[in-house]
Amino acid sequence: MEIFDIFLLEAVVNGILLGGLLALLSLGLNLIFGVIDVVWICYAELIMIGMYAVFVLHAQYGWPLPAAMAAGIAIVAALGAALHQFVIRPVLAAEPINQLLVTGGMLFLLQAVATLAFGIDFRNLGVRMQPILVGEMSISAPRVIAFVAALGGVGATWLLLSRTYIGTAIRAISQDRAIMPLMGVNPGRVFVITSAIGGALAGLGACLLVLQYDIHPAIGLSFGPITFLICVLGGLGNLLGGLVAAFIFAQFISVGGFFFHLEWGYVIAFAFFIAVMFWRPQGILGGK
Amino acid sequence: MRALAGIGIAALAALPLTGIGNYPLHLVIMCLIWAYVYTSWSIMGRLGMVSLGHGAFLGVGAYAVVMLWNHFGLSPWLGVPVALAISLALALLIGLPCFRFRIVGHYFALVTLALSEVTRLVIVALRDQTGGSLGVTPNTALAQGNAWSLEALQFSDKRVWFYIVLACWLAGLWIWARLDRSMTRIALEAISHEEDAAASIGINVTRSKLFVTLISAGMTSVGGVLYAQYQLYINPETVSGIGISLQMVFGAIAGGMFVMLGPTVGAVFTLLLQEGLRLALGDAYKQFPALDLAIYGLMLVLFIIYMPKGILGAALEWRARRRATPAAAPG
Repeated sequence: MEIFDIFLLEAVVNGILLGGLLALLSLGLNLIFGVIDVVWICYAELIMIGMYAVFVLHAQYGWPLPAAMAAGIAIVAALGAALHQFVIRPVLAAEPINQLLVTGGMLFLLQAVATLAFGIDFRNLGVRMQPILVGEMSISAPRVIAFVAALGGVGATWLLLSRTYIGTAIRAISQDRAIMPLMGVNPGRVFVITSAIGGALAGLGACLLVLQYDIHPAIGLSFGPITFLICVLGGLGNLLGGLVAAFIFAQFISVGGFFFHLEWGYVIAFAFFIAVMFWRPQGILGGK
Repeated sequence: MRALAGIGIAALAALPLTGIGNYPLHLVIMCLIWAYVYTSWSIMGRLGMVSLGHGAFLGVGAYAVVMLWNHFGLSPWLGVPVALAISLALALLIGLPCFRFRIVGHYFALVTLALSEVTRLVIVALRDQTGGSLGVTPNTALAQGNAWSLEALQFSDKRVWFYIVLACWLAGLWIWARLDRSMTRIALEAISHEEDAAASIGINVTRSKLFVTLISAGMTSVGGVLYAQYQLYINPETVSGIGISLQMVFGAIAGGMFVMLGPTVGAVFTLLLQEGLRLALGDAYKQFPALDLAIYGLMLVLFIIYMPKGILGAALEWRARRRATPAAAPG
């Protein structure tokens, strides 16, 4: 077929690489929803703060990149725990929608704080890497690194959840929030730890995004909504569903953007999303 | 109460006759436009359907009318029905699956959020027609010294706009009050508490929800038209997308979404906060352009934690409690 040329293949490969990254981004959000039953509307803004942290430490204070990235992950993890402790916890007993909206207020706050601290200029880490050539395809190296690291993050989270005591407690809480306190699990502590893990995943996402994209205070808006869509498509709180949905969405964006314009890729993904809502409202892998 | 309302409306209507300057009048007009939009949102928001997608309806209203005027010379008077039709179709497209399949709470908020974001993306993607992120200005009909053009819905005199938006705001409040007294409101309140129980006593959940959603979406889209025709400039970020959608929700919540004038109080509060900060910070404001946004965000967080019923809601509750206490005390 004429249309299946090398560029289309490149778009498909790029879509797979993007899918890994989106899977990582949606994992943290999904985990927090599954355990605490709260959606962090400001999740992408945490990533934005992480990107600035890496940028400032590396480009302004001259830290080596791996150290700056480790610090960035730690900062966002602490930020996640603080967000839960000081913003979410006071409204845990309130209407569920208040918990959603309070993080929406944090979205404005974090954006504004970033603008105050760093201005609205686009910043770039300035890391240049040679593209990887596979046959006639040229694939951006940061994307491959991001894909591998994202899958590593997903795998590490899976190991943590399935192999450790705290992971077992986290999974137990997400299955039954009422019974676990009776079994001697302190839900408050599990919530804070889950928030910190969610924050750390956002921090890892930030490290990978900062290699590929310019940083500016509104960058969260460019991938925040798509992350929410992925979580809903996979079934909110369903980690495996989120992974599958991330790869499906990434293909729509990448291949759709290849045939039309990048924005249309998103629009097609959204149309697909609506169609799925008619067909499986609980998400592709969601249970009832 | 009725007399009080009459006096209040008359006093407001007489405002332009007192010779207040152009800038204060502009602030009042903006206040009324947003009060109307927030009220439109709260019509469904207060019944448990928290939509983060109203930016879509605002954007469709604003862009449909301006596009039809700029590209086809179609008067906004004819553009409004088209904008309404598109908004209602959109509301139906997103509302039907959501309500049919019981998508509520977080899910509903996120699905609608996606809708407003996609509307923004479509406007940006159609940049050849819409001007993309740079925004667009309706072709002016005020050349050659014309002070106003009824056909183009453009008026250089702010007083004309004041009466137009005043009428829309009053109409919005009237619809709010009319719905408040209706059976649908009672049914939806029951639905928002316990959907299955409501369905079991014979309430048609899907139809009740769709009815209110369509009204709310249609009203919001008219708000978009008002904004575009008054400001004579729109861009995708100011009339669609996640930012403006959250602003609507927060405006209504800050004022109090369960009382009729709550969203209006929210609009006044937001504007006073913005203007107050601008005055108070003076030159520092230019240096720190996001400071008002930071304070705004912080206040929203504090509001939702400590005053979830909003300013007006909390005030009314406080008054009711003060009245009730002496009566309840024995002796």
